[in-house]
Amino acid sequence: MFEYIQILGQEVYKILFVLVPILVSVAMIVWLDRRVWGLVQKRKGPNVVGPFGLLQTLADALKYIFKEIIIPASANKAVFVLAPIVTMTLALVAWAVIPMSEEFVLADINVGVLYLFAVSSLGVYGIIMGGWASNSKYPFLGAIRSAAQMVSYEVSIGIIIINVLLCVGSLNLKDIVLAQNDLWYVIPLFPMFVIFFISALAETNRPPFDLPEAEAELVAGYQTEYSGMMYAMFWLGEYANILLMCAMGSILFLGGWLPIIDIYPINLIPAPIWMIIKILFLFFLFALIKAIVPRYRYDQLMRLGWKIFLPFSLLYLVLTASFLFYFDKLPKGNF
Amino acid sequence: MTLGRIFKTIFLVEFVKGLLMAIKEMFKKSKTVNYPFEKGPISPRMRGEHALRRYPNGEERCIACKLCEAVCPAQAITIESTERADGSRKTTRYDIDMLKCIYCGLCQESCPVEAIVQGPNFEFATETREELYYNKQKLLDNGDRWESVLAKNIKLDKPYR
Repeated sequence: MFEYIQILGQEVYKILFVLVPILVSVAMIVWLDRRVWGLVQKRKGPNVVGPFGLLQTLADALKYIFKEIIIPASANKAVFVLAPIVTMTLALVAWAVIPMSEEFVLADINVGVLYLFAVSSLGVYGIIMGGWASNSKYPFLGAIRSAAQMVSYEVSIGIIIINVLLCVGSLNLKDIVLAQNDLWYVIPLFPMFVIFFISALAETNRPPFDLPEAEAELVAGYQTEYSGMMYAMFWLGEYANILLMCAMGSILFLGGWLPIIDIYPINLIPAPIWMIIKILFLFFLFALIKAIVPRYRYDQLMRLGWKIFLPFSLLYLVLTASFLFYFDKLPKGNF
Repeated sequence: MTLGRIFKTIFLVEFVKGLLMAIKEMFKKSKTVNYPFEKGPISPRMRGEHALRRYPNGEERCIACKLCEAVCPAQAITIESTERADGSRKTTRYDIDMLKCIYCGLCQESCPVEAIVQGPNFEFATETREELYYNKQKLLDNGDRWESVLAKNIKLDKPYR
């Protein structure tokens, strides 16, 4: 019994060690997002709370905590309350398998990619629950749009991941990173990286694919009826998801924690720092794109997903497979 | 679609151009000011918060002619007057309802003695309505507080009146 409690304590400690940095970095990333957005538009962005406005998100969170949570009278209360919880939990749970370095990973399971893919697909549920339970037009429309969008782009992301898996021969995220020791997959699979990146934008409902929360048409999409901490939880989940997508991109294509070149002064930088640099780089691109692109129309979004990305990634999958087979470079793992 | 356009679409040329442009713009100086700490320039004609001015010897300028009260399109001004012991006509009451006021500047234009003026101050938000019902004392205090700026602005704007 005592042993069991000890193990439980250790696990909780480990989970907190992953969770707390993620929550803090989500807060920082929201600041970075707004700041980059402002700088591109030649504004200043948040710069009052704390040094350079770094504590802006904490101030916002504090405000949300003290705000009243309003549950609409006609809402389905249980589902309405559950929706933000589901969104946030799923966004955070996926981080369990993300390796920050060779040793630093919470759950080193050998189907890591599958797990990530499953959890990020489940993310649709939080949104559709929120939209449906609100019992109101705009949230419902937003939720339907969002569900259709996320499902569509998940398909092409899946095929892109298969591309990478073909080259690696393992579903373990650590193996994927280690297989890129000689050559990051961003070089041979560059078109796939671009498509992955754009699909990740769609997957996380970021501009130019932020149709679910198109302010001009749908108020705030599925978040319209939410207020206070519940709204903040949706927000947190969304940004945790964005970070997760950045982490996925850097693991699949940018060589995870591996340094750019393995020579003396550069490889002294510890592995997690490299990982963080790569995640930040991808997030910086996310933030820049938010500032420069107009929103897609819904039919354009669907056309891009189904008629361009899906056939193209399938074609590239065939090309990759043929190349690997012809030159006898298929991974020979321990199957 | 021409070949060039197809090439541009496939290789996301416009998109990459946009990204580079965004990065370039990031390093330019921002066009906005850090408002509560820095403020933008204000014209001497600024029609901001009202003030009643005094002569340098401390006497009120206002002669209670009620031109401003008559001209005010929002009827925000209320004046009552009486004859003082020295025979001059002075106001006993000079109220401006700042919530009715539309900041048109007609009161300042109609004033023959430059008593009622609109100063450069625009930061007089309050927490209650009552605080925005200005009386004579409040307006005179404003005049005392902003006198140096008001005098300068009137002098600068004189040639164009």
